[in-house]
Amino acid sequence: MATVPSDMARRTGGSLPDGGVQLDRSESAHRTVGDITAKNPVLVCRSVNVFYGDKHAIRDVNLDIAHNQVISMIGPSGCGKSTFLRCLNRLNDTIPTAKVTGSISLDGQDIYDKRQDPVQLRARVGMVFQKPNPFPKSVYENVAYGPRIHGLAGDRTELDEIVQTSLQRAGLWAEVKDRLDAPGTALSGGQQQRLCIARTIAVNPEVILMDEPCSALDPIATARIEDLIDELQQNYAICIVTHSMQQAARVSQRTAYFHLGDLIEVGSTDQIFTNPRHKLTEDYITGRFG
Amino acid sequence: MQTSTLVLVLLILAAVAYRAGRMRSLALVGGLKGASKLHSRPGYYGLLTALWCAIPALLVLGLWHAFDGRIVTDLVIGGMSAEVQALTPDQLSLVLNDVRNLVAGAIPAEMASPEARAAAARYVELQSLSGLAAAALCLSLALAAGAFVWLRISPSLRARNNVETIVRVALIGCSTIAIFTTIGIVISVLFESIRFFRQVPVTEFLFGLQWSPQMAIRADQVGSSGAFGAVPLFTGTLLIAGIAMLVAVPVGLFAAIYLAEYARRRVRAVIKPMLEVLAGIPTVVYGFFAALVVGPLLRETGESLGLAVASESALAAGLVMGIMIIPFVSSLADDMITAVPQSMRDGSYGLGATQSETIRRVVFPAALPGIVGGVLLAISRAIGETMIVVMAAGLGANLTANPLEAVTTVTTQIVTLLVGDQEFDSPKTLAAFALGLVLFLATLSLNIIALQVVRRYREQYE
Repeated sequence: MATVPSDMARRTGGSLPDGGVQLDRSESAHRTVGDITAKNPVLVCRSVNVFYGDKHAIRDVNLDIAHNQVISMIGPSGCGKSTFLRCLNRLNDTIPTAKVTGSISLDGQDIYDKRQDPVQLRARVGMVFQKPNPFPKSVYENVAYGPRIHGLAGDRTELDEIVQTSLQRAGLWAEVKDRLDAPGTALSGGQQQRLCIARTIAVNPEVILMDEPCSALDPIATARIEDLIDELQQNYAICIVTHSMQQAARVSQRTAYFHLGDLIEVGSTDQIFTNPRHKLTEDYITGRFG
Repeated sequence: MQTSTLVLVLLILAAVAYRAGRMRSLALVGGLKGASKLHSRPGYYGLLTALWCAIPALLVLGLWHAFDGRIVTDLVIGGMSAEVQALTPDQLSLVLNDVRNLVAGAIPAEMASPEARAAAARYVELQSLSGLAAAALCLSLALAAGAFVWLRISPSLRARNNVETIVRVALIGCSTIAIFTTIGIVISVLFESIRFFRQVPVTEFLFGLQWSPQMAIRADQVGSSGAFGAVPLFTGTLLIAGIAMLVAVPVGLFAAIYLAEYARRRVRAVIKPMLEVLAGIPTVVYGFFAALVVGPLLRETGESLGLAVASESALAAGLVMGIMIIPFVSSLADDMITAVPQSMRDGSYGLGATQSETIRRVVFPAALPGIVGGVLLAISRAIGETMIVVMAAGLGANLTANPLEAVTTVTTQIVTLLVGDQEFDSPKTLAAFALGLVLFLATLSLNIIALQVVRRYREQYE
């Protein structure tokens, strides 16, 4: 169980970061409707703010992400859901102008702590991207990439085993077991995305972040990925950003609705879709904008 | 009439034709209000008339000038006495030169023979006649063609399409000039090389180990046997190019990796232009830098280490050439590395790879085909580079792999063979063409391979 030191929350909560960056709007950040906490949390985010240069992309977001649960993040384009996702594995660090404040802790450890190595963090918080991005290497090498750099396999047989189990869990083994040496880029779009998922679970992360993983796929490939998410949920915490509300309803137990950098409402997926408490959430899920 | 005056008159005529064509098209539909009834906007009718007026006339003028000199000369010779006509072509050209000089006033009339004077007078007469005929022909052609189109103007004439066709043909013509020039150069080099290979066997040229292109002019001359084995030249070229690539590839590549992956934007904004300044330095400056600074420096260093270093060494030339090629390699490699999609890097970072692991295992392999293409282009530049090796590599055709000795290259030998007064049918001069052909074929094939490699790589991410 992880709790955030309260002084840390107070230190950054709702305040501007040093450097005098101005808020886009004069009123302070929105207070999230619904229960932001979760039982058995793996990631605990408190007062998270993200700035891209002068742009205040995420305002004061508080959210828990639980073990063995799928949480989906929905909201109109540019609402900050992908940005928030990229905070969770510090991928925003690779953008020179990005600045993150607040605290995010993984199993009780602040991931933005100076002692935390982002490289180790990303091995524990894996990520699947919007567009399938297999490396220009063979199917085998794509999956073996992570275990190799982290030295997870002692010898070739162990590596073979990791590759096989990862591909099996990603539901791709049957399709590629005869062509492990074929380039990963030669697979179909849906297969490529499952390859990327296999690549991610090969390093055995605790959390898997998925940034619109099906937006470049056809409905059949999408259905396969959604089935896969259902299975993966038994072992991992999964955060999925999606534009499809049906998808959010199908795969997730909790849903978070973002709007212009604010986390408007969090709740169980059933409640959000049947009985939204905030006007903006209701407008969005009934299709009035977005 | 002077040609320049004639061209000016033609242009004025074209301007008049433009106005006439435009006015007529408008008049046919009852002024500007009816312009919508025309197929094209009025300006196109004017333009079409003007183009028809000017282009055929200018083409005829150009052709006339290409041939009138020969026709006039033939007519002049035809009017001269039988003895002159019986002369050999060489002597005939001497006589004709006299006539031309008389015309130009280069020799005083009293010094020439009466026959030459008569011929000169005839020459002048014919020339002015030719000028008048050209003017008459061109102007009448311009008027006829202009009038022809002007009369055909009707609201349904597809003037815009016609003008666009003419413009397209002109564009095609310009783009083929480069191709025809290349073909022309290749053919001329090829034919001269064939003449060379008639005197020196191809096998001796390509596989001979002795290069000494001095031919005996008189039978009793010694030490000028003339040996045309080009192997020492090829090895020298490859040695220097090899040293250059040893410098340029690692330095250029690492510079590119730093600039593309690690450098902050502000650092990059300073370093990248500075690297490109290196590419702007004239090669002759690199040449004397190599000959006056690097060469002596290497010799002194070698002496202090007990090594015999020639003051003109392959090493000096190769090092400086390598420095010259650095920006070439780094800028191409930089392009290739930046072309690797950010999603590749994100994917690697997302798996917990460090930046250096990402560069070594994902970005660099992905960019490798393009980088190889860039390196091949750089090699072809190193092989073709002339100024540095002329100044710093020496002339001695040593067959050696020792970079501390003086070697010579294909380009250096071409320069030395062709500098100064030469007969254009001795094997010595013709050897330059054969060397040029080899050089051309080598760089051409390297460039083709490189461009193929680069193109295939580009397709991968589109």
